[in-house]
Amino acid sequence: MNYQYNIGCSLNNLKGIREFIRNSLKDQDVPEIEMSAIVLALDEMCSNLMIHAHHCNPEHMLELHIEIPKTGKFIFEIIDDGSVFDINEFNEPALDNLVHQKRKGGLGIRLVKAIMDDVEYLKRSNKNVCRLTKVVRPE
Amino acid sequence: MVQIKRIQEEGADIISVIGEIDASSSIELDLAIAKSVGEGFKKILVDCSALEYISSAGLGVFMSYIEEMKDKNIPLILFGMKEKVANTFQILGLADLLNIRENKQEAKKLADELSV
Repeated sequence: MNYQYNIGCSLNNLKGIREFIRNSLKDQDVPEIEMSAIVLALDEMCSNLMIHAHHCNPEHMLELHIEIPKTGKFIFEIIDDGSVFDINEFNEPALDNLVHQKRKGGLGIRLVKAIMDDVEYLKRSNKNVCRLTKVVRPE
Repeated sequence: MVQIKRIQEEGADIISVIGEIDASSSIELDLAIAKSVGEGFKKILVDCSALEYISSAGLGVFMSYIEEMKDKNIPLILFGMKEKVANTFQILGLADLLNIRENKQEAKKLADELSV
């Protein structure tokens, strides 16, 4: 089963994204802690893209695809045509430094890397595809 | 999406965060804490019992106040977090950097200890 959701790049749409993910996964026996973590990671990726690649322009669209597996390996794709920011090439500053500098940012990527098993970037039909993989063991 | 209420008890400002904090609403949390500091409260407690969700934008707000509160000697203590919310703090290791307690009573006790 696959699900798709198209959203304009407004931060007000993040709530809708979270609801879409929860609804898509609700019958998949995903433990609540894992569910919350997945929702969080995708919220982080979408808000990053909305802010940095699309400057929160609600006319710019993101597509979110969810592939529900038989094997417990969930695949989430975020598709857009903005500039690519590969989080794998980003070295997160140490937490102590962020605290010291009173910075508010820099945590989202750390969360995504901690939650997802794999994050990769590909091109499809001239669009950017960010593919996130998460293996979930049923309750 | 998020509702913030403030009440004062025994000299502490208690900020209740109700609902969800994400990149669109974290500014409200930031403003509430800034207001509390600006009004001169010496103990600030954040009631997270009705907080259903927090993303890095909200975590970043708490993190950005750690040094300021230390400099001003104001205990900032979070309490009443649901497990799914607490998990977000734990993933990042922020649970060790912030003051987090189970309930209001313990939060007040810690605030008193830290204010001495």
